[in-house]
Amino acid sequence: MTAELIGAWVVVFLTLSIFSYLFDDNPFYKAAEHLFIGVSAGYWAVISFWQQIQPNLFGRLWPDLESLAGEKTLLQSIWYGIYEVLNFVTTGFGLLDRSVFPEGGIEGYDEIRFIYIIPFILGIFMLLRLVPKVGWLARWAIAYIVGMTAGLRFYSFLNSDILSQIKASAVNFSSDWGTMINGLIVFIGTLTGLIYFFFSKEHKGSFGTLSKIGIYFLMIKFGASFGFAVMGRISLLIGRINALKDYSAAEYNYATPIILGIIIITLIIWSLKGNRNQSELTG
Amino acid sequence: MNNKLIYSIIFFLVIIVLYGLGEGSLFITGSYFKFSMVMLVATTLYYYIDRAKTGGDIYLRPIAGLKAIEEAVGRATEMGKPVLFVPGISDMDQVETVSGLILLGHVAETTAKYEAGLNVPVSKSIVMEAGRETCRESYLKVGRPDLYYDDMVHYLTDDQFAYAAGVNGIMVREKPAACFYLGKFYAESLILAETGNSIGAIQIAGTGSPAQIPFFVTACDYTLIGEEFFTASAYLSKKPELLGSIKGQDIVKGFVMAAMVIIVVLNGFFQLGWMEFDILTVFGN
Repeated sequence: MTAELIGAWVVVFLTLSIFSYLFDDNPFYKAAEHLFIGVSAGYWAVISFWQQIQPNLFGRLWPDLESLAGEKTLLQSIWYGIYEVLNFVTTGFGLLDRSVFPEGGIEGYDEIRFIYIIPFILGIFMLLRLVPKVGWLARWAIAYIVGMTAGLRFYSFLNSDILSQIKASAVNFSSDWGTMINGLIVFIGTLTGLIYFFFSKEHKGSFGTLSKIGIYFLMIKFGASFGFAVMGRISLLIGRINALKDYSAAEYNYATPIILGIIIITLIIWSLKGNRNQSELTG
Repeated sequence: MNNKLIYSIIFFLVIIVLYGLGEGSLFITGSYFKFSMVMLVATTLYYYIDRAKTGGDIYLRPIAGLKAIEEAVGRATEMGKPVLFVPGISDMDQVETVSGLILLGHVAETTAKYEAGLNVPVSKSIVMEAGRETCRESYLKVGRPDLYYDDMVHYLTDDQFAYAAGVNGIMVREKPAACFYLGKFYAESLILAETGNSIGAIQIAGTGSPAQIPFFVTACDYTLIGEEFFTASAYLSKKPELLGSIKGQDIVKGFVMAAMVIIVVLNGFFQLGWMEFDILTVFGN
């Protein structure tokens, strides 16, 4: 119960600190913001390492020796020698317990994937940014990511945004009138929307009129999306308010009203002090 | 019809015939249609890029948001306040982020020219590195490397809402005169744009995320909608190869529109029983 109680008070304090932004940028908001950023940055760094780099990169390069098929070769012995060197370095030259590189390799894969040396080297290149003389090597890693992305997305976008859209434009003439008219409206909306995104032709005359119809379709869609998202945000707000209401109960030692009172009083004092300092400076 | 167009058509036909001959032995089966489409798009783009490079005139209609970039930086300089550039919360594997960083290069050139402050908070380490490279190059290009410092592009956190809280904090404390939101955004878009609006900054946004465009349209002064955002770099650079690719993309859009009309008509005939062949089977599953 004590841990739950402390958790409830922390939740209420942080929630109300973030809400205090509605008054102004104040010490409560600043504290919550910095805590949020600091904790999340650390959390993501740890998650990235232990859920991506260690199992997916190191795990593929040095899988558990017992899971490898066949006799251990000389190359494997050298390869796992490098593994031991890395372990020696990461354990502070043997001072700490093994963690990143466990005994005998990392579980999860049953063959050594040497192709993963390339991302390993590119990752090291990124870190070399810390050494000014060879920092330019980081550009190679960035160039690889950008180039690979462009090529990979070209096909997927063509498939999902062009071919699927063309296929989906077919109107179902055998269904009821409502569905048919709906299909035709979507078809006209897509055509005129595409006309709006013509950049190498002046939007004048009938082309301009069609482009205008296209932008009307887009705005109607944006309006609907906006309304839908606002509804979602309101439900999130209701969720937070409900949580604050729950923590107002006696079993949580009236966390919400007490913290709310403290924050309001502190903000009033802080605000009055700020006004006084302001008038001293100007007066 | 000019020679280059004829060569392009011949090249396209030869490639798809070769694919057809090698299907099943050299190439995988079942992707003939998709391969043809990839080749059609690639050949069209190449043709127009080549045409632009050899001096072909290409008209581009004006986009209001792009003209406003310089005005916004100028306003920030006059007010003695910094410029805030938010490249979104995605990594470099998103086309929007790459596009955003290209535009960051242009914004950085303008801030260097006007000697205005630039603040670029990022949420991904690789974006930070790419952003620094972009800014360094821009400041060097306009002859002001002395104004560049690494920390103008700085990391906050990977977490979406912590990042939004951090950017909001920067906005209310530094009160930038101009805010740019150019990249891939999710639910944090309205939080950022609303805060920027509340501090009275001139705001220019651009994203390809359809779900976030409404928020930027509502809260920002100018919004580059979808493809306007992707073509912005070509508009600003005025490089013939990029301008040619815009023309090529317009032609591809023309093909798409024509294909849609044909699909509706032929599929309608099939549904009414006037035709035996269903055109939709061409697309596969």
